[in-house]
Amino acid sequence: MNTSGMNTITPTGKFLWQVRREYWEHRGGFLWTPLIIAAVMLAFVAMGIILAEINVRENFNLNGIHLNQLASHLDADAVAKLQGALDVALLSMGLPIRIALFVVVFFYALGALYNDRADRSVLFWKSLPLSDTQSVLAKVAAGLIIAPAFAALGMIALQLGFLILLSLYAALHGINALPYLWSPTHLVAMWVKLAVLIPVNALWALPTMGWLLLCSSYARSKPFLWAVMLPILAGVLVSWVQLMNAFDLHSGFFWRHIVGRALLSLIPESWLSLSSLKALDHASDDPGLAIGNLLSFGNIADQFASPNFLIGVAAGVVMIAAAIWLRRSRVEAYA
Amino acid sequence: MSAVVQARDLTKRYGNTAALDGVSFQIESGRIVGLVGPNGAGKTTALKAILGLAEFDGQLSVLGLNPRTQRTELMQQVCFIADVAVLPRWLRVGEALDFVGGVHPRFSREKCEKLLARTKIKPTQRVRELSKGMIVQLHLALVMAIDAKLLILDEPTLGLDILYRKEFYNTLLSDYFDEQKTILVTTHQIEEIEHILTDLLFIKEGRIVLDATMDDVGERFAEVMVNPDKADAARALKPLYERQIFGKSIFLFDGIDKTRLAELGELHKPSVADLFVATMKGTYA
Repeated sequence: MNTSGMNTITPTGKFLWQVRREYWEHRGGFLWTPLIIAAVMLAFVAMGIILAEINVRENFNLNGIHLNQLASHLDADAVAKLQGALDVALLSMGLPIRIALFVVVFFYALGALYNDRADRSVLFWKSLPLSDTQSVLAKVAAGLIIAPAFAALGMIALQLGFLILLSLYAALHGINALPYLWSPTHLVAMWVKLAVLIPVNALWALPTMGWLLLCSSYARSKPFLWAVMLPILAGVLVSWVQLMNAFDLHSGFFWRHIVGRALLSLIPESWLSLSSLKALDHASDDPGLAIGNLLSFGNIADQFASPNFLIGVAAGVVMIAAAIWLRRSRVEAYA
Repeated sequence: MSAVVQARDLTKRYGNTAALDGVSFQIESGRIVGLVGPNGAGKTTALKAILGLAEFDGQLSVLGLNPRTQRTELMQQVCFIADVAVLPRWLRVGEALDFVGGVHPRFSREKCEKLLARTKIKPTQRVRELSKGMIVQLHLALVMAIDAKLLILDEPTLGLDILYRKEFYNTLLSDYFDEQKTILVTTHQIEEIEHILTDLLFIKEGRIVLDATMDDVGERFAEVMVNPDKADAARALKPLYERQIFGKSIFLFDGIDKTRLAELGELHKPSVADLFVATMKGTYA
């Protein structure tokens, strides 16, 4: 603030304040949801460990980790195997947080350009010197970067909590499990992977984000019906007349690449193809390695080259631009 | 020197009905203008056009800017309070100050805090925890802390009790308004603000039916209380409006010589409300 009492405002500063505003409004979904899920899951893990202690069950299995292994001395081979299983356990444990993230961001996007019109608070935001382009892009960033970042932090908190509980259990049995549970290389590599996945998932999710924002910006009431029913009805119609046969394509194409991408691309890692997921079944000897390969940087980089990915990004950008255009003059809605 | 708002042939149609039908007007700097009209006359449409919130035909320049294409620039110089209910209910008072301070170059946090210190509003409270009157106090504090050139108020005190309404306009006049600023206000509680207005714009069915300064209004219009024996003579002068009270007739005249009217009976300066009723006669018929 300078002497005249006026503020120096930069476009970046404005944008960041708008992202922060989204966070303020959606703290519950963005921050508390992953943390609460992590806390609940840790409570279940703790209960499982306590029950295992009370019942003295030898082969108690916790997310693929056999507790009796922790309570015994292991040779190098067994340690490697345990660490592989641990990687899988730590990643798959985050699944509920990932699912919640999908639900939270889906409804966030659906309400992002609608709720403030329904309660008329859009008139307050529009009374400030903010461009519609920036406002909408701030919402895109909040949904595709901020919310997933908090989900990743929730997953890391969950992983740390899980490791602490396992270490305590091992210590209770007189074993120092720290060296093989707390491998810094494994953990840091996993967290880097979680961070890298955020922009990859964000780009993949653009068509869904764009479609939901477009409906949110367009609908005068019931954006959910527009967003969900329109693609599904279109899909049913296409299936019904097998319209796509004219283009030598099956209606399955429409369901998967139009309806699916418009509604479900927000699901984290949904760019993984089904065939590569099936490969996991055949990799049962070392699921850790298989998951590692699946989420390898090479595999991620391959996604960027696929037309499916690139066309999706383009479609998302077009729909977001349309949402911005509608945002300019739509200030009314019926709650 | 250019006008703050300059509208020429402003037209806006919704289907077949024209919300604004070729409206032209001009608002000079340092004025407090009351935009008055019955429900559905086009007031809100006109304000929306000025604020760049709606498409329109015709020419409109606000502070020399085009509200459609230069909206972001325009909003650095223009503030508006649409009505009491538009502050987002989840927002905390402190967050509102942080945010406006973060995005508005002409906002003074210090001034806003000073204004809020006079109220019972606490920084940790959420808007949904505030009463309607407190919400409008908060909104007014935010807006008054912005050094803008044009303030637009659309029914700013709707649904507030008389204490909050009086306080609203008193604060606005004593701590905000000066000759660098212009205020455009619409309200149905016209009696309460007529003493602060400098200009009147009456709008009816999408057209401006009266565009005058308050001084002009005093010059042009007169109300005469006439005994029944002179009523026909009064009617011959084509009054705008006639009403009966206590067996006498009250006539409202536009542009008739005052000395002539004085011969008919007791002269009064008409209230804006009476003028409004006379001008809008037949609107809902």
